[in-house]
Amino acid sequence: MIIEDMTIQKNECIALNTFEMVISGEEIPLQIQSGQFVHIQIGDGKLNMLRRPISVADINRISKTITLIYHVTGDGTKWLSTLTEGTMVNVLGPLGNGFEIKHAEGNHILIVGGGVGVPPLYHLTKQLVRHHQVTVVLGFATHEAIFYESAFQQLAETYVATNDGTYGYHGVVTDVINQLDQPFQYYYACGPSPMLQAVQRQMTDTHGQLSFEERMGCGVGACFACVCEAKNDKGYVKICQDGPVLQANEVIL
Amino acid sequence: MNLEVTLGDLHLNNPIMPASGCFGFGREFSAFYDLNQLGAIAIKAATGEARFGNQTPRVAETSSGMLNAIGLQNPGVNGIIEQELPFLNQYNVPVIANIAGSTLEEYIEVAKKMSEQPVVQALELNISCPNVKEGGVQFGTDPTLAYHVTQAVKSVSTKPVFVKLSPNVTDITDIATAVEKAGADGLSMINTLTGRRIDLHQQSPIIANGSGGLSGPAIKPIAIHMIHQVRQKTDLPIIGMGGIQSTEDVLEFLLAGADAVAVGTANFQNPFICERLVQDLPNTLQAYGFNSVKEVRDARCSHQSTSH
Repeated sequence: MIIEDMTIQKNECIALNTFEMVISGEEIPLQIQSGQFVHIQIGDGKLNMLRRPISVADINRISKTITLIYHVTGDGTKWLSTLTEGTMVNVLGPLGNGFEIKHAEGNHILIVGGGVGVPPLYHLTKQLVRHHQVTVVLGFATHEAIFYESAFQQLAETYVATNDGTYGYHGVVTDVINQLDQPFQYYYACGPSPMLQAVQRQMTDTHGQLSFEERMGCGVGACFACVCEAKNDKGYVKICQDGPVLQANEVIL
Repeated sequence: MNLEVTLGDLHLNNPIMPASGCFGFGREFSAFYDLNQLGAIAIKAATGEARFGNQTPRVAETSSGMLNAIGLQNPGVNGIIEQELPFLNQYNVPVIANIAGSTLEEYIEVAKKMSEQPVVQALELNISCPNVKEGGVQFGTDPTLAYHVTQAVKSVSTKPVFVKLSPNVTDITDIATAVEKAGADGLSMINTLTGRRIDLHQQSPIIANGSGGLSGPAIKPIAIHMIHQVRQKTDLPIIGMGGIQSTEDVLEFLLAGADAVAVGTANFQNPFICERLVQDLPNTLQAYGFNSVKEVRDARCSHQSTSH
């Protein structure tokens, strides 16, 4: 965990209110793993007290860059979206526990992403396809919100669903998984809590990992803002510190 | 430079400490720097039994501040003693244990147990948490109740008791005076101000609890003023807090009447902040003509005696 000023190499709108930002640095791009996140300071820190947690979508250790995909939802991310190439951002990271890839059992793995939960699955999928058969199911609100469809398609069999039916399958990711009717040996999912809950219930007989989104304070486990009820001795997990990736059967949704 | 401060019987190497609730039990921040650099560590509030806390979302950002309604999540006084204090034992930094409760009996139980721990050098009596339904703030907004809980805790505590005051009152000096009469060894101020934000899309509060406690630079002028007000009424040591982000802020608190300061929200933005403040403080003091923290206090006292 370090703080470093990283340089924006690219910051572009790639879908409805969705930006792809590539930033370069010295240490964080070398240390960060799939599923971990960085905590970005907004402005000079005098008006915005809280950093914004954004998970890493892609990692390039040679060019020492990381790719972040974020949704503009408020003042902080709006400010971030206005930054141009060459600007520095103050980054705390890498934070949290990422995906455990060695635990991926069996051959056929299912990847499920919803909206802004899709990004961390991209670098994960890149790694998984080296040794496994992978099927990707992505859900978005509407056609304009879709991103990275072709990027995923280049890696694995990919299905897209939209809530409003403006593209792909009309419905939610669990409908698509039902229709696929395939025996998956393991799964990874990231997205809003209702989606994770639906996937967790659908895949009760299959082991998997879930990556969570939650409003965070410190991002390092000190403030107890982002807790989630869990089946462990303490009765809870801190999403920022114990997660954001957790074993699917560990959390109570 | 000599940064030492004395808060009654409590001796600190420097006046900088993390504020309770913003530093967990120190473990997380020990990954960033050596905690021995701190003047003290105020640990997260303890209650009689373990508490899970409030529903999420528990935080929301505001202009130059944030709202939180964590809800005193903690493993209970016994859990803290067994699981958290042994870690802090390896450091030579005074630990200030924040104690909370819903009833007088709970405060007494937690205070007794905590004050018996060798690593705990002082108690911070939390009668000002705005985020739990029956959690202390009723004791902090009524001078008579504040007097009784302070007196009760003092009667069982073997360590100095700092009472953490709520700013959510008409006249904070009434509470300060009451707890001083009850035997408080010091004051800690201010806790958060009750606030609320509403999500325009959902048309409901952003924080699941509805209201939360406002902290950060937005409340700094209020903290400075309240410390100034209380300082006119008492010579008790004051640990000042409310939006400290820089060493200039630290100096402002000391000039207002604080003897030490606690840093809260700023730890979330910059986990290195307390270390940086300790390191930068000598330069800032020097820039304003001071050669020690004690000199700031002396300047303040002579100023107070000549003008109000």
